[in-house]
Parts: sequence; structure tokens; C-alpha cells
Amino acid sequence: MMQFGVFTVSDITRDPTTGRIPTEHERIRNVVEIAKKAEEVGLDVFALGEHHNPPFFSSSPTTTLAYIAAQTERIILSTATTLITTNDPVKIAEDYAMLQHLADGRVDLMLGRGNTGPVYPWFGQDIRNGIPLAIENYALLHRLWREDVVDWKGRFRTPLQSFTSTPRPLDGVPPFVWHGSIRSPQIAEQAAYYGDGFFHNNIFWNIEHTAAMVRLYRERFEHYGHGSADQAIVGLGGQAFMRPRSQDAVREFRPYFDVAPVYGHGPSLEEFTELTPLTVGSPQQVIDRYAGMREHVGDYQRQLFLIDHAGLPQKTVLEQLEILGGEVVPVLRREMAVGRPAHVPDAPTHASLVAKAGGPRDVTVYADADGVTGRAPEVDASEVEATR
Amino acid sequence: MTERVIAVVSAGLRDPSSTRLLADRLGEATVRALAARGVPATTRLVDLRPLAADMTTALLTSVQSPALAEALRTVTHADGLVAVSPIFSGSYNGLFKTFFDLVEEDALEDMPVLLGATAGTARHSLAIEHALRPLFAYLGAVTTPTGVFAATDDFGHSDAVRADDDVAPLADRVARGGAELARLVATSERRPPADPFALTESFEDLLRGDG
Repeated sequence: MMQFGVFTVSDITRDPTTGRIPTEHERIRNVVEIAKKAEEVGLDVFALGEHHNPPFFSSSPTTTLAYIAAQTERIILSTATTLITTNDPVKIAEDYAMLQHLADGRVDLMLGRGNTGPVYPWFGQDIRNGIPLAIENYALLHRLWREDVVDWKGRFRTPLQSFTSTPRPLDGVPPFVWHGSIRSPQIAEQAAYYGDGFFHNNIFWNIEHTAAMVRLYRERFEHYGHGSADQAIVGLGGQAFMRPRSQDAVREFRPYFDVAPVYGHGPSLEEFTELTPLTVGSPQQVIDRYAGMREHVGDYQRQLFLIDHAGLPQKTVLEQLEILGGEVVPVLRREMAVGRPAHVPDAPTHASLVAKAGGPRDVTVYADADGVTGRAPEVDASEVEATR
Repeated sequence: MTERVIAVVSAGLRDPSSTRLLADRLGEATVRALAARGVPATTRLVDLRPLAADMTTALLTSVQSPALAEALRTVTHADGLVAVSPIFSGSYNGLFKTFFDLVEEDALEDMPVLLGATAGTARHSLAIEHALRPLFAYLGAVTTPTGVFAATDDFGHSDAVRADDDVAPLADRVARGGAELARLVATSERRPPADPFALTESFEDLLRGDG
């Protein structure tokens, strides 16, 4: 079954219709409320961005997601995206394994390179190394979650000798990883190489471009022997604003669209909805638009919607979630299931990954045994005693 | 022999436009000169004016309309390029620069290019050398030694050397520019830019840090 959810970029934006702008604290509480509401209305995924500059608050996604995990039961917590370029992969390994334990496995993450140039120098990196950083850092992250003791040397960070990332992944199964990229074939290749998921956040792209990127990923997924091309794990972004009557949706959303930080003052709402997946109208229009996505990218696993940006008031966002969870997603679930071949996998979950690994394993690394030699320090000490 | 394609970019703002007129003539002159070499060729016009709003959208949102995407593809996949701008405030106009700002990095590398410009008077004629040519040098294109500048007056003096000037008439300059571009196109070894979705290096190379 497909997963449906929402993602937020955590922007703090003035409501252009009222002039009101929330405080950081208010917006942070609002996003937590959105996540809880997403679970309440039956969505499968809540994903949070990572940014290190205003107007965004979300610099510490695992803190936020852990807090949400404590107040939810079922929803999968993810990111959109986790910066694989400027974060230390060791800290990503530690933070997300920790989150995985606290959330009892309801965690995956989407890796991305970020879209704010100065974040690279702020974190001591060079933007020209974007792709090499994404490749090297993930190669290390991948090992840290799978090998108890890692010796490692690369271009970008201090070498590691006898390093154990703790906590070890829950049940011996690392969180599932999606690689997000809009236009870099190397990242589609990376996702394919590891057999990980590929997420195309197509909210600013025409569907032909999205389809070409997904096609590349699928072909390479098969090339690397992870399954047939149509078994690759694909996610898409999306954007919608809905009211029961189409013209009401357009009238209400237009003032937000016209001055929205990313696309405001540019194309008209009509042009943008034609060129991108943004759909402003009735729930049925959103259903029709998104039910058609698989004709372009094949049967896919995850669909995330952006619903809370551009200064939309919290009340409106919660109403959008009601419509999305109450009217749109149940129909999309049914429609997307029609004609979906049995060999097309569902989106991986912790439970499915544990089952695939042959059941849960406790992989705690205890300090009294060296992961390389298997010898405990006190044994060594007693040997030293004995030789005196 | 496969037919060569000469993309003809005009950044003229009016309709009719003297910039467009010059661009058309430069394209035709190039095709004629290629034909004289036994190289079949055709022109494809890329008029920027109808793309103005789409270009703004692409700048602001990165979303390209199908028409703009087609125009960019026409230019980057051509065998030669005629690029003509009216001169505004001493340089190419904003429409012209916006279009070339939207061309993918490296996509015009080694592209044979004939530059042209129009303005009200001949006082702006060096704008090709101090504005257009450096832009195409940055893009890695190969420009012809001759750039063709046309002042409004030139359109009335295209048959003979003007009494008040010893510059060759416009028709001669157009023919010379076309002949130079034809020579570059006929001998060019440029390949069209790689498919942006094509992998150019193996993942093993990327992992080793050779990428």
C-alpha cells in the first residue's frame, strides 16, 4: 500500500492577508500540532525539513521528531531533508539511531544536499563539493549503521579508528533512507546503488522532468540487482490547497500564492498549477491530479504534500489536513491500489525491514568487549596482573 | 551529409524589429555560405520576446515552460548560433542576458557563434566587442572575428559604400559574418551537450572520489 503524508519546510512567514506573523515558539508548537493532526486524520508520514537560517526554525529535526514521537502512536517520522553534505555523518548516525529507539522504529530519513549556499561555509564545507560530500558522507553513514566497529578514512572528515556509533540501530535494522534530489543524476545513481529509496520533490518541476529522473533511478536500481525497475522505491512531493468548491480554493489561496517566498511575484497561479503538481481546487481535482502521477513515474511508494507554507494560518492548515486525510487520501489509496502489480513493494517500514532481516536482533555493543578482538578490558587487566 | 542547424536568437523587443531583421539576414547568409561549401543547413529562429514572461518564471522558480525549454534546447543542440541583441544603455538588453543566464552551464562550450547588435546610431558599434563577446567567452563559445553591428541608418545604405563613411555596407558585413560562421560550423567538432539525465561517471568512481 502506498504511504501518504505531509512535509513541512518549517518556514515562519507573514500571513499576507492579515499581516500577522507567528513567533518561533508559536510556529514550533504549530508544527508539532500539525504532526499530531496528520496522525489523527490517518496519514502515514510526517516529514520535517532541516535549515540553518531564517525564516526557518528547524535546525534540529531529531529533537522535534522525538518530541512528536512521544505524542503519537502510529505515524512514521521522516525528514525533508537531512543535510548529508554539511552534517557530520557520525552525528547523523547517532542522532537518527537514537530517534529510532525512542520512536520504536517509526523513523526513516531523506537525505539531501540543501538549497542554501552559505550553509556550506557556515559548517566548514565548500559548496563545490556538494556531490562528493553526499557520496562520501553517506558511504560512512551506511557503514556506521551496519558495522559495530568502523575504521575509516576519507577526504572530508577526521579519520576514525575503532569507532562504534551508539546506540546501535533498533533491532539491528538501520532506518530506511530516501535520497532526495531534483536534478542530479549522481544522487539517483547513489539511491540505486544502495537499493535505497529515491524521492523527487517535484513541486517546482514539470512532470516530464520528474519522470526522467525517476526512470534513471529505476533503471539503475535494476542494474545493481536490487529487483526489477518497477520494484524500486519512489517518492514524490506535491502541493495542494483545497476547498469544497474549486473557486473558493482559488480565491482563498491566491493572495498567499502571489507573494509566497519561493514563487511569488512570478508566474500566475494558473500558470504554476499547469506547470507543476500544485493543485488548487476541490478535493476531487486533487484526487484526479495525483491519481494520474503513476502514469508518469510508475507505481510508487510515497506521496508527501506541502500544505503549511507561505503564511497560511494554522487553522487553515489543520482544515487542509482534515480534507486531505478525510476525503482525498482514502480515495487515492483505493485508486492507487487498482491495477498495482503484486510484485511492486510497499514502502519499507521498520517492521518490514525487520521481517526481511529474519527478525529482530539485539545488536547492543557492550563496552566490556572490544568489537574487533572480542576481549574485555578487565580480562586484559587480569592478564596484566597475572604476569606480574 | 546531415543538415546543419543554425539557431538564430533575436532579443528584439518590437514587432517588426530591426534586430530580428539583422538576425534573419545573418542566419540566411550563414546558410548560403554553408551551401557554397556543399554543407546543407537550415535556420531555427528563437525569438525571445514571446518568451519574456516564461523566462521570468524560470528565473524566479526554476520552472521552465515547454516553449522555453524547447528554445533552450534549440540553441544548445544547434550546430551554430547567431545571437543578436539591441544595444540598451551601452550593452545587450536584459532579455538577451536573461536567456543566456538560463542556458545550462557548459552547454554552449565550443559553440560557433556569430554576434550581432543593433542600435539607433553607429556610436554603439563597439558594444559587440565590449559586452557581447566577453559574455560568450565566459560561456566557452567560439565567436567569429567579425561581429555585425547595424545602426538604423545602415538599413538605408546596404548597396554601396556610404559617402560619409568608409565602412563596408551592411550587406557586405552580413555576408562576411555569415561566411566566418559557416567556416567555423563546417569544421566544428563540437558535440551537443550531454543528456542531463545521463550518467557520466560510474558510482565506483564517485565513491573513490574520482568523480
